[in-house]
Amino acid sequence: MVHFERFVLDNGLRVLVHEDPATPMAVVNILYDVGARDEDPEKTGFAHLFEHLMFGGSVNIPAYDEPLQRVGGENNAFTTNDITNYYIQVPAVNLETAFWLESDRMLSLAFSEKSLDVQRNVVIEEFKQRYLNQPYGDAWLQVRPLAYQAHPYRWATIGREIDHIARATMADVKAFFNAFYHPANAVMVVAGDVSVASVHALAEKWFGPIPPGEEHSRKLPAEPPQEQPRSKTVHADVPVDAIYKTWHMSGRDDQRYYAADLISDILSRGTSSRLYRRLVKEQALFSEVNAYVMGSLDPGLFVVEGKLSKGVSMEAAEAAIDEEVERLVTEVVPGQEFTKVKNKVESTLVFSEMNLLDKAMNLAWFELLGNAGAINEEKERYNAVTLENVREESARLFRPGNATTLYYKAK
Amino acid sequence: MLNRKQAPENNPLKPIKLLKPTSGKLKGGARLYIINGADADVIRIEFIFPRLPWDSAHRLTHTALTGMLLEGTTSRTAVDIAETIDFYGAFLNAESGADHSVVTLHSLSRHLVHTLPVVKDVLSASIFPEKELEIYQRNSRQRLQVNLEKNDFRARRAFNSAVFGSDSAHGYAAEPADFDHIHQDVLLAKYPQQFRSGNCLIVVSGNVGEDTVKLIEELFGSGDWLGDGESGSADVPEPLKEPGSIPSPEGSIAETHHVEMPGSVQSAIRLGKLMVTRDHPDYPALQVLNTVLGGYFGSRLMANIREDKGYTYGIGSGLHSLKGDGIFFIATEVGVDVSEKALQEIYHELIRLQDEPIPEEELQLVRNYMLGSFLGSLENVFSHADKLKTLLLDSLDYTYYDRYFETVRTVSAERLQELAREYLANGFYEVTAG
Repeated sequence: MVHFERFVLDNGLRVLVHEDPATPMAVVNILYDVGARDEDPEKTGFAHLFEHLMFGGSVNIPAYDEPLQRVGGENNAFTTNDITNYYIQVPAVNLETAFWLESDRMLSLAFSEKSLDVQRNVVIEEFKQRYLNQPYGDAWLQVRPLAYQAHPYRWATIGREIDHIARATMADVKAFFNAFYHPANAVMVVAGDVSVASVHALAEKWFGPIPPGEEHSRKLPAEPPQEQPRSKTVHADVPVDAIYKTWHMSGRDDQRYYAADLISDILSRGTSSRLYRRLVKEQALFSEVNAYVMGSLDPGLFVVEGKLSKGVSMEAAEAAIDEEVERLVTEVVPGQEFTKVKNKVESTLVFSEMNLLDKAMNLAWFELLGNAGAINEEKERYNAVTLENVREESARLFRPGNATTLYYKAK
Repeated sequence: MLNRKQAPENNPLKPIKLLKPTSGKLKGGARLYIINGADADVIRIEFIFPRLPWDSAHRLTHTALTGMLLEGTTSRTAVDIAETIDFYGAFLNAESGADHSVVTLHSLSRHLVHTLPVVKDVLSASIFPEKELEIYQRNSRQRLQVNLEKNDFRARRAFNSAVFGSDSAHGYAAEPADFDHIHQDVLLAKYPQQFRSGNCLIVVSGNVGEDTVKLIEELFGSGDWLGDGESGSADVPEPLKEPGSIPSPEGSIAETHHVEMPGSVQSAIRLGKLMVTRDHPDYPALQVLNTVLGGYFGSRLMANIREDKGYTYGIGSGLHSLKGDGIFFIATEVGVDVSEKALQEIYHELIRLQDEPIPEEELQLVRNYMLGSFLGSLENVFSHADKLKTLLLDSLDYTYYDRYFETVRTVSAERLQELAREYLANGFYEVTAG
């Protein structure tokens, strides 16, 4: 159970406070409601590049990291297709430094040309390091535009191509800031050895004076239902063949998500799971194979990906995956197995509450979904899934026409 | 009017309090440490086994012993083991590191009565079935083949081999074909030496009730676990090497190695050398020096090579204490066209530490950062157990942390400059892969 208090400043900033006196630390987590899905299709990768620029100095404070480190704090951030999330971990006695730093960069950035020049290079090196210079690193750059044809999930957070990052201008940076970086487009969570009253006072002091900014309405093209299977074959310098198979599923805040997530657990959670037991151990078709869901806000993907054992044909590997997903449509999952995956969900939720930063991030995420209190309803939502829901959801997911497959072949 | 240019006050940190364990020795010789203190119904139990001495004839045996530990016992198949652990929502892992094998169970406390006997079983009655061994060999080989395509993996291997020699636990770099030479009979022979109770540290943390302690004592202290009777070779400490007694490259600052990886768009760089271990009086001060150089986001390497030049997504340095040897290294991946320039800047930063005292403002920042970071690393009872493990594995006691805090607070810029001259002037190995 994660308890919290919630209030909203006049400028629209939502603030959540979770008191946890067991730690001497405080976490300040700020989630901005902007991600790669909000990008111009000709300027992809920008939300993530912008995240880097948020560390390049703000209107009144020339350097962001240094004053925080000076008071014993650390910080980082990440960008997804849906959100950009910034967090600080600081000894609670120095909480105010976090408010000072975060409020100034919400007020305005320094917009330094040097920072833009350098971070363009840094992000291009990140693109190379994570997506181009790794075996299979570009697989998702290939799968996304195949599985999505209309919705902006068709490009990855890093961007469609390096050139989009190289071409980013200061005018783009300013426009992006004005559109998305303002109080009403953010959720702030303060957690740890803090009190609701002191957080309220600090929030009013530092964030209260920030002007509300202009409301941004989101009009993203919906992905039309997929009726025909799609596939693509690529050849690369990798030691073994791999397969990536995806099916369109619901968005995160849909009860269908919970059924799909349990289906992925039945297929591949732990070494007792179906894919591991049958496809890796018994049939030795794969050296590794995994099923998982993308918990994206808009309708996401259900994924099965695996590396084939040497000598196994792509056809045999794919047939085995198809057989396993088909089994979920035609056969009822045994009760013992269903209890097992629900037990695992429960213990995972308990363990996740051991970590202060995780709690803060999750509160922000559920607030974005519409109700921070839902953080305490996850167990019930998983428990509400019935065996019949699993079968129904499997039937909706694993229609052949709903599948997109990337065959990633060793040269 | 709010003055946004003025930083809020920098308040001194509260004293850092570490949770300390209760400890004892179980019948059979295992040592038990318990750190109790969690609101939630969670528990973590780690079984730590110092690895057997390096065996040139069976190089992958230690890795395979641990990797195969959950694959079957006299009374449970791999499937049985997996089913029980998963059914009770637990997590069981066996991992082999440079100096230890560690078997870790995360479980809800109330299910321990079902999950812990499985651990006892794998530690005392594993049989390493042939069929599972074949699968393990094939999949490990394939995983290695994939890793061999990664520049940072290749640089790390080549570096370790250069520093430690390839015929050693710390320097060995497996080739895919090496997995063919793992044999069941060797595993069965080594198993009772590696996983016997006399070679085990048990570290328990979380919500530890009396029932739990009793259950642990029953299972692991009843004398029916592989006992002390075997050869006991792991208890014999390996001869400690004095820093510098291992041949360091002479003449120039560094001995260079290159791993050719055609088609790379980045090069991985790894530059480093042997260093003292955690029990050495200079170690805490070297940690401060390491932090200044490359141990945090604002470090000199990050500030120069990422934030000023934009050559890389990330660069860092580290100081690790292994059994017998410490190791210091700098690691990064940079665009192939700027690889030379990045190396020049790395050497420039090493030399700057020797030539100039660290400015007081920078040093003060690093002191605060390190203490805050230590405080932040103590977020729950498991992290207190991690602090204990660091001590146990290096045969230190809690006064080590007192010395560490004292050094972080007080070590002078002059002393750090002396240390840079003593430890960072030469003896490096420079490895590039790209």
